[in-house]
Amino acid sequence: MHGLINRAIQSFVCNTYGTERWQKVMDAAGLGFTEFEAMLVYDDDQSRRVLSELSDELNRPLDEILEDMGTFLVSHPHLEPLRRLLRFGGVNYVEFLHSLDDLPDRARLAVSDLFLPPMEVREFSPDQFSLTCGAGLPGFSYVMVGVLRAMADDYGALVFLDHQGGKEAETISVTLVETAFAEGRSFELGARAG
Amino acid sequence: MMTLTDLGHLLERVCPMFVLIDPDGRIQQVGPTLQKLRPDTPMAGQMFLELFDLARPRAIDGMEALLQATGAKLHLNFRDEPRTGLKGALAPLPDGQGALVNLSFGISVLDAVQDYALTSADFSATDLTIELLYLVEAKSAAMEASRTLNLRLQGAKIAAEEQAFTDTLTGLKNRRAMDHVLERLLSRGSKFALMHLDLDFFKAVNDTLGHAAGDRVLQHVAEVMVEETRDTDTVARVGGDEFVLLFDRLQDEARLDRIARRLISRLEEPIPFNGQMCRISASVGTSLSDPEAGLDAAALLHQADVALYAAKNAGRAQHFFYSPGMEDPDAGQKIAM
Repeated sequence: MHGLINRAIQSFVCNTYGTERWQKVMDAAGLGFTEFEAMLVYDDDQSRRVLSELSDELNRPLDEILEDMGTFLVSHPHLEPLRRLLRFGGVNYVEFLHSLDDLPDRARLAVSDLFLPPMEVREFSPDQFSLTCGAGLPGFSYVMVGVLRAMADDYGALVFLDHQGGKEAETISVTLVETAFAEGRSFELGARAG
Repeated sequence: MMTLTDLGHLLERVCPMFVLIDPDGRIQQVGPTLQKLRPDTPMAGQMFLELFDLARPRAIDGMEALLQATGAKLHLNFRDEPRTGLKGALAPLPDGQGALVNLSFGISVLDAVQDYALTSADFSATDLTIELLYLVEAKSAAMEASRTLNLRLQGAKIAAEEQAFTDTLTGLKNRRAMDHVLERLLSRGSKFALMHLDLDFFKAVNDTLGHAAGDRVLQHVAEVMVEETRDTDTVARVGGDEFVLLFDRLQDEARLDRIARRLISRLEEPIPFNGQMCRISASVGTSLSDPEAGLDAAALLHQADVALYAAKNAGRAQHFFYSPGMEDPDAGQKIAM
């Protein structure tokens, strides 16, 4: 699994639960190191061990933790560049949803060896959508639930999300209750992060 | 038949930075994004070449020539600040009605989106500007992550090299490091002194008090040698109880002899270890570099070695400079007398 993803997990745990908890998780996982490098690629099994130990350490189901992580990735000030990259997807939440089809390709444009599962957005009615996440990154759809929720806040939209599971591919249903529910956060093309 | 006004409405939707100019070069209509760059002064009605400075093609000096520039890539700047650069393409309108110029930012778009607070809505759906901006940010973030990794690897490399040149027990330079420094001094043609110091009675300490005592003695010896030398000198442990000291730009024999004797007398002070006293001494041999004679590292080390051997023969705790003829086994005896 790409270092960026592992690093995201590390960043989430350290910022939310503290570096000591992260240290404990990594000791338990027994990988022989405690810091992931964002630009290296790691064995999938190493990431699985970390996530499994994380679930034990926090005594919470992994799905819930991953959803929190998705929210963290979009809303934490340290990760403002990531939020901005997602906001490039569209000027409103619906456009953003449709842009998720392109997300894996966009990710590869930026970092050529970063693999994200294929994603497909379907529109059933102007306020009813679904996002299907393909196989390849277990738990990814739960992260996306958190991302979708936080991005709705970012655009000022009110949505109802439901993770519907699935065998290989997992589907999230998205009900758009209101597009302009709240003010949302500003996004300027030219405001360079950092 | 489509009127110019109809054409203008059409263009607003697909190329929001168009300009329609009449045959005299006066702007008739501009797209909404272009107008946004000068919100306080309507562009319609101004002369095209008074608003924009045409940088290329250089041959174009007036409106007539411009109207002939079909197919050429135009490079323009605003004449007033901010002098944003623009690229353009011109197509003449039928029946001599003037021309259509379509403008875009080109590479200046990175500054333009900031200068003019442009949004996605200011670019047509087929325009790749948003993708370009996305890529710039994504690549910058990725580069930053790579740079962080490179810095960390660089730090690790320096630490590894440091270790490889360091004797881990004493913290002094090791043989490899000493070889490097010696070669550097020789290639620079420096005048320097090479001191070979060998501990006396060290084996006895090791044998009677154990290796831990031996290690403590070596650490103590290292501390003394570092204290008695300048920061610019090199102190290396080159063998079990053998040390080499390099004194750059120092060949004054009286001074070197003082240093050697002081080292010996300080090393003879008993070293406490676990309630016991470790007693050692040292013998020292010194050779001097001679850039004119072209002595190499091996020769200098050999001369210091010969001098050290003579010092040992002379009854230990002695310091000898190398002198020609010393290779003779009886030389030490003679010099000591």
